[in-house]
Amino acid sequence: MVTNGKREITYGDAGVEALGEEMRRDPSIVYIGQGIGPRGGNFRQTKGLWAEFGDHRLRDTAITELGETGMAIGAAMAGNRAIVDNVFLDFSLEAMTQIVQQAANAHFLSNGELKVPLMVRGSMGSVRNAGVQHSHTFYAWFAHIPGLKVVVPATPYDVKGLMKTALRDDCPVIFIEHKALYNIKGNVPAEEYLIPFGKANICRAGTTATLVAVGRMVHVALDAARILDQEGISLEVLDPRTIAPLDREGIAASIRKTTRVAVVEEAHASCGFSGEVFSVACEDCFDSLDAPPKRICARPAPNAFSPKLENRILPDVERVVTEIRDWMNS
Amino acid sequence: MKIDKQTVLELYRTMTRLREFEMKIQELYRSGVLPGFVHLYVGEEAVAAGVCANLSKTDMVWSTHRGHGHALAKGVPGRQVMAELWGKATGCSAGRGGSMHMYAPGCGFMGTNGIVGSGITMSAGGALSAQLRKSGQVTVCFFGDGASNSGSFYEGLNLASVWNLPVVYVCENNLYATEMSLERATKSLDIAARAAIFKMPGVTVDGSDARRVYEAAGEAISRARKDGGPTLIECKTYRFHGHHEGDPGTHYRSKEEIESWKKRDPIKALRESSMAEKVAGADEFDAIDRETQAWLEDAVEFGRVSPEPDPETALDFVW
Repeated sequence: MVTNGKREITYGDAGVEALGEEMRRDPSIVYIGQGIGPRGGNFRQTKGLWAEFGDHRLRDTAITELGETGMAIGAAMAGNRAIVDNVFLDFSLEAMTQIVQQAANAHFLSNGELKVPLMVRGSMGSVRNAGVQHSHTFYAWFAHIPGLKVVVPATPYDVKGLMKTALRDDCPVIFIEHKALYNIKGNVPAEEYLIPFGKANICRAGTTATLVAVGRMVHVALDAARILDQEGISLEVLDPRTIAPLDREGIAASIRKTTRVAVVEEAHASCGFSGEVFSVACEDCFDSLDAPPKRICARPAPNAFSPKLENRILPDVERVVTEIRDWMNS
Repeated sequence: MKIDKQTVLELYRTMTRLREFEMKIQELYRSGVLPGFVHLYVGEEAVAAGVCANLSKTDMVWSTHRGHGHALAKGVPGRQVMAELWGKATGCSAGRGGSMHMYAPGCGFMGTNGIVGSGITMSAGGALSAQLRKSGQVTVCFFGDGASNSGSFYEGLNLASVWNLPVVYVCENNLYATEMSLERATKSLDIAARAAIFKMPGVTVDGSDARRVYEAAGEAISRARKDGGPTLIECKTYRFHGHHEGDPGTHYRSKEEIESWKKRDPIKALRESSMAEKVAGADEFDAIDRETQAWLEDAVEFGRVSPEPDPETALDFVW
């Protein structure tokens, strides 16, 4: 679909395009996962690829996250570029030992001799009241580990550009899409482009405060910013795009400009990414701060099923508007 | 199958090197020279020697926490293994890994590993890569009886089987997972029989008999190389020492049991049976023994005089 001269496709299709282009470019890529072959992916995230690449390169597996992830790591160590799709990031926990203990360390432990060109793909976050075991938001867990890169795209444009970068990286990349975003549409140029890791995106320029947001919360933060703009609160919305490497300098530069920082996350606050942003504020630009940093995260409970309960736990536009307004007035 | 003299002497050379290397490691470790923890391979040499004698340099091996022998048998130079145990810059992992994290991909050695069972799935991945690249490489994964009760065992063997991957699983059943006897761990004592679940061949071998291991592994590796798929080989073996250096290994194993296995010492057994069969003479084995001592002294000296890693390199190779 083309509007105003710009091509618009969905977040999900942007990933399919990136995969197709990179699999054509790099014949060593093998894609391992559940339902990613003829089915085209639980979220249509491999739609149409099987018809082109077949069983040889799209390897449907049983429900075997530990096995499929270990295999992908081994294949990457042995000379292929491997993608393992755990579909739900929740299920990656079954494979956490392989990701943390093997994939993250092999390059280091081999004194640089081994490369691990691996992309672990999984979707995070809440969608349609799926219940707690299909709704977790775990990117900070991976970002804690040296040797793992962690990518969390918020838009179709970012999905494509970041995934293509991930598929040219020689280190393990954890590529985390938000499952509620698969159907959103956005501009994705037909021409090839790559987005570098560690470079934040200023989604909206502002002067009063910086809102750092990740994944679906980027859209929540933008909606809140539009509402608060009418009250004279000019919010800068910054999406780090990659949690590791983290664009500390980009975050600090924004804070120096706005003098305040808040973090909006679907993840829990405790020992999480918001604390890392606070460390930027405190260590790198403390003198620029006019107010204590603020975090608006999931409240400390498992994601409940009932919409009434889940909505109480997760941040939404109304809560961000209210809390930012109170914070600005404090 | 008649194993030729050259192969017999090669098996003996490898086993002797593995044995003497580990005895020296024990001595150095006890004297406080080597940091960290070590799990010695003494008693199990016939397995690594018999299997790896069938492999080429580019074939891949995934190893275990008890992996010095696997590394040496796969062709990682003794100097580099020794230096790694010393934490020196000249070690195969430049001092970043130590005993349980030694890598030498240039020798097809894809790592010792401190996580029991982890190699079972990764080696299937290595075999998938070989299959995709049509490289003709075979992958071998060593693991213990302890790993055979882990989820990795079932997930790895299932995937290897369903995709007919060129991987040979070698279970070194030394009867104890740390201090836990197999009999207390499971009722499924016949580990090789579990291969049938995945419709792959399962073979049980006397792991103290290097020639039988060599034959069984040779058959499995040859089958894998010809697209015949994976095999599970269970080698009945025994570690003469404790689980790790420092564990006497005597409070959960009877003296009689330990002695009965020591009587079947794989190195002595090969030497004596070969001499009885007039395959090779005492002088030929003695020559290998002398050569092994020279090899070992060279490795120890290399480890001793090698430089420590530069602390400035501690953060290299993270990304």
